[in-house]
Amino acid sequence: MTVQMRSSIRFLLNHRLVELSAVSAVQTLLDFLRIDRNLRGTKEGCAEGDCGACTVLVGRLLDGRLKYESVNACIRFVGSLDGCHIVTVDSLAVPGGPLHPVQQAMVDTHASQCGFCTPGFVMSLYGLWMENPKPSVTEIEKALQGNLCRCTGYAAIIRAAEAVSVIGDLDKDPLVAERATIIQKLEALKDGKRVEIGEGSERFLLPASVDDLAEIYEAEPKARIVAGSTDVGLWVTKFMRDIAPVVHLSHLDELRRITVDETGIAFGAGVSYTESFPLISKHFPQLIELWNRIGGQQVRNMGTIGGNIANGSPIGDTPPALIALSASVVLRKGRVNRTVPLESFFIEYGKQDRQPGEFVEAVRIPFLNEKARYAVYKITKRLDEDISAVCGAFRLTIDGNGKVSDAVIAFGGMAGTPKRADNVEAALIGAEWTEATIEIAMDALGKDYTPLTDWRASADYRLLVAKNLLRRFYLEIEGDEPVRLDRKQAG
Amino acid sequence: MNVMQPIDRIRGGVHENERHESGHKHVTGTAEYIDDIPEPAGTLHAYLGLSQRAHAQILSIDFEAVKSAPGVIGVLTADDITGENDVSPAHKHDDPVFATDKVEFHGQPIFAVIAETRDEARRAAAKVKIEYRDLPHVTDVLEAAAANYPLVIDPLKLERGDIASGFAKAKNILEGEMRIGGQDHFYLEGHISFAIPGEDDEILLYSSTQHPSETQHMVGQVLGVASNAVTINVRRMGGAFGGKETQANLFAAVAALAAKKYRRAVKIRPDRDDDMTATGKRHDFHVGYKVGFDDDGRIEAVDATFSARCGFSADLSGPVTDRALFHADNCYFYPHVRLRSRPLKTNTVSNTAFRGFGGPQGMVGGERMIEDVAYALGKDPLDIRKLNFYGGEGRNLTPYHQTVEDNIIGRIIEELETSCDYAARRADVLAFNRKSSVIKRGIALTPVKFGISFTKTEYNQAGALVHVYADGSIHLNHGGTEMGQGLYTKIAQVVADEFQVDLNRIKVTATTTGKVPNTSATAASSGTDLNGMAAANAAQQIKARLVAFAAERWSVSESDVAFEPNTIRIGAERIAFSDFIKIAYGSRIQLSAAGFYKTPKIHWNRSEGRGRPFFYYAYGASCSEVSVDTLTGEYQVDRSDVLHDVGKSLNPALDIGQVEGAFVQGMGWLTTEELWWDAKGRLRTHAPSTYKIPLASDRPRIFNVKLAEWSVNREDTIRRSKAVGEPPFMLPISVLEAISMAAASVAEYRIAPRLDAPATPERVLLAIERLRRAARNG
Repeated sequence: MTVQMRSSIRFLLNHRLVELSAVSAVQTLLDFLRIDRNLRGTKEGCAEGDCGACTVLVGRLLDGRLKYESVNACIRFVGSLDGCHIVTVDSLAVPGGPLHPVQQAMVDTHASQCGFCTPGFVMSLYGLWMENPKPSVTEIEKALQGNLCRCTGYAAIIRAAEAVSVIGDLDKDPLVAERATIIQKLEALKDGKRVEIGEGSERFLLPASVDDLAEIYEAEPKARIVAGSTDVGLWVTKFMRDIAPVVHLSHLDELRRITVDETGIAFGAGVSYTESFPLISKHFPQLIELWNRIGGQQVRNMGTIGGNIANGSPIGDTPPALIALSASVVLRKGRVNRTVPLESFFIEYGKQDRQPGEFVEAVRIPFLNEKARYAVYKITKRLDEDISAVCGAFRLTIDGNGKVSDAVIAFGGMAGTPKRADNVEAALIGAEWTEATIEIAMDALGKDYTPLTDWRASADYRLLVAKNLLRRFYLEIEGDEPVRLDRKQAG
Repeated sequence: MNVMQPIDRIRGGVHENERHESGHKHVTGTAEYIDDIPEPAGTLHAYLGLSQRAHAQILSIDFEAVKSAPGVIGVLTADDITGENDVSPAHKHDDPVFATDKVEFHGQPIFAVIAETRDEARRAAAKVKIEYRDLPHVTDVLEAAAANYPLVIDPLKLERGDIASGFAKAKNILEGEMRIGGQDHFYLEGHISFAIPGEDDEILLYSSTQHPSETQHMVGQVLGVASNAVTINVRRMGGAFGGKETQANLFAAVAALAAKKYRRAVKIRPDRDDDMTATGKRHDFHVGYKVGFDDDGRIEAVDATFSARCGFSADLSGPVTDRALFHADNCYFYPHVRLRSRPLKTNTVSNTAFRGFGGPQGMVGGERMIEDVAYALGKDPLDIRKLNFYGGEGRNLTPYHQTVEDNIIGRIIEELETSCDYAARRADVLAFNRKSSVIKRGIALTPVKFGISFTKTEYNQAGALVHVYADGSIHLNHGGTEMGQGLYTKIAQVVADEFQVDLNRIKVTATTTGKVPNTSATAASSGTDLNGMAAANAAQQIKARLVAFAAERWSVSESDVAFEPNTIRIGAERIAFSDFIKIAYGSRIQLSAAGFYKTPKIHWNRSEGRGRPFFYYAYGASCSEVSVDTLTGEYQVDRSDVLHDVGKSLNPALDIGQVEGAFVQGMGWLTTEELWWDAKGRLRTHAPSTYKIPLASDRPRIFNVKLAEWSVNREDTIRRSKAVGEPPFMLPISVLEAISMAAASVAEYRIAPRLDAPATPERVLLAIERLRRAARNG
């Protein structure tokens, strides 16, 4: 296979085309904006993608459609932005000119105090406005899950978000009105070439295609594949690790494809949580809450299901839920694919069933059997944008005689990997679906897991709550009263 | 000369909903924070090297790999300090800039790397090799007491009446204890200092500090130069909350040292994780209490000890633990009382100021006693509260012997109780809990009374500088710092009101020690009270000169000269303000003045525990309702109603913002914000990924916040307003108590729930389990 090469990346930054040939694999977008370009409206609050002070919009093309999404500039590598349009707070209003409607709404409602988080909120709300001009309060809160404000208590910011459409006309917004021109400019940047820049600890590559990715990775199995960089970004900003050579895949449209057939859904490894949400919510409504509670909006816009799995976290946002669905992983090395059940992909802490040069190409989730009962519960210290203390996923079938015919139960946060509860399943399968059985199964949980104590939860709490989640699952099916908090829309 | 027609009123005067003076800059990203200031050519960057041990002797340090790392210019250690190696604000000489032979907490600064870029400095700092010999360490406050760790500063005792006879008389006595967690400030802008060396011994610093004068003093002390060589500028901070009252000093000192040593501008900005590891937080407390009360729930005697995790040095732990005692009574009269503080040393970062300054911990302790009494008697805690409020003959004296003279808590509670429909909703909650076995609800209505003034009397002074330029524009500078609270806006409103000119005529300039000297920290909620009065005083001096001038020039009596909206009225003539100023300038009238203010009436004798430490009190109350999942301990705040007293508000919109923000911040402190140290004494919740402050989705699902519009400060404060920064932080004690009630429902409310703070889902579930067991066994 011959691919054409390019030794620069090109993207639109606000109103200008930028071409860079000297850029490091670990160059973050935030430092690039603030230090290299002197665009200092975008702030650094945490450098780990949790506070949102650095929020910018990144417009990406897929199949001719251009969508702007909020991302955390602090953990986004510049190398991943080839062919994108980056919009920062600095560009929203010309000096001396009128404020952008989002900005005007924030001023009118007294929604800034110290002002340091404010540019990030403005960008998150701008991204929301473009997608959803008249959002509900719940939708506003969802869009702001990745933005921390320590001063206002948020009430005024919510009022601002509600006021944007009263103040502004979305059709007149430059990113909407000039969309066709911007698309043309971005299309012109797509030349199907492989990009390779830098040497040693600075080197990174953008494969020309998935085949090219396979070839590159087989030749250089020690390269670091980066999809959304919501975890790898922290390896650089927090642990100062060398990660080169980096191979990006977020620009590969082929990996952003979603295939649905009669048996299930296959998500390409580059599909973000946000991109997967419409189909996830349609086919697996039990996953809506989990999906909405993964990171903040910026992280969901960047992070991918494939990356979440490949990275092998002991907690894992999606793995427990996907294991309980008997999902599988499509791995590829060179031209060879193999499919492994997700649960056996995780071998032990820090070790996955992946050969050198082999990468996650797709994740397949089979549809639920009509009779199956399925639920996922994520337990955290804070409701949103928090990593699970415990995440429990339950899939179970009750036969015509009231007995459990099938049970797949998996937990995250209870062991070194997302892991199935073999003893619990054994206690359930074949038993009557009764409270007494649940109590036996709850006892069995202690045989399946010996959780750790850490800052997220104590071992005692983890075990207790894991058992109680089993009870919740039972009560949710059999009980006659609510067993989960009714997450009310704020009024 | 224009003859002006009178207009009704100026734009942007006092008591108006004026926007934050920087609002339009915040939203466009053009509000300049220190890291946004364009750096002079050759600017260097400093990065701190932190201790990796909680308590250890330093045996050796090998800087070879640090010094040979790319971009490194040099390394600073204690040996490079030209003055004193100390930034103790308590002047205890226990707060080194750089540790020398011993480290006393994990994260203590030992050295700084100076390099061409921040990234290079940071990467180089990680390459140090330090040999330690570990010493036993203690991070927990009770373990510190058990290990006979010293106190970092003299404790305080407040005593009134005779507790022995009080307890002897009491029909009921109960004892309990409570743990109250600390809190990280999580200002969005982390610590930062930027130093530019000047001629001779001079140095200019931009520092994210709430206390420019102390930063100036400390930089001078560390450099070994007088204060007149050091200028500190601070236009705004990206949040502070007390975390930049003393904690900015070390960063400023390091930047200054490096700038003088290398004769180049030097900036220092720690990564968020290092900021959270190396700088102080709200004190965690253990409260041990004994309360005697009659069968109605009327308190007879209280004896309580407040032990605080102070960390390795004194810092502000003395006044913080004092303020805990000052607020342990909250709104309640204790006939016989003894309150004691134990400011304990621990091998943790030195804890510091944080909104409320110990007051919240004291108040939570006091409210826990009320809650316990209520559960012991099977009553609604609100009834116990009302029974014990200050008021009535002989029931107005605080444990520190100040008489409560401005008590309005009764009216606040009454109005809130009605407006939030407390009684009916409590009945609904009780009914709901009888039917619902997994989800339980709770409701609580709690009051706040918070004392306003620095308890260190000398801090209750302020200065301001006002210039009226010949074109009629006004320059305003004062000693307070802007950290988001809207201080600059409010003070400008005051000056606009004094001169009766539109607000846009006034420009507030960056706070600097070069314009207003010897200022106090912008803290203790006092920023507007102090600086507003000082600025008004400056304006009044200029006005007095202008009035005298006009009276003389126009041959009218001074009483015939008046400042009317954008106009001076002299007798029957009206002259536009700017025209009049031009005339005054031409007649050589001094158009500049330095204003000054000191708070009257206050005095405090710490050794006797007596005095009037507070000029006045601010009041408020909130009612919160929550739902709790008794299988997981998860909860949701369904509704909170607030009625809060800011006197006659200078700017209701900004004050509402302070109340809403303080409520959510206080709620975070009492619920999800947990500081967690591991067995090695390392803080493991040192970033937003692990330390969870509230999000938009955490705020109460229904959130009604109102100001008590009828309130007017009975003391002569600036336009009869009241301080607002800290008092509303304690309103969400109602959230904690509502969660407690939901938990208590599993034991039919017969057992005091005694939920510790922060009430994380884990603590809630474990409390529920404990209550269930107790109910089964008892």
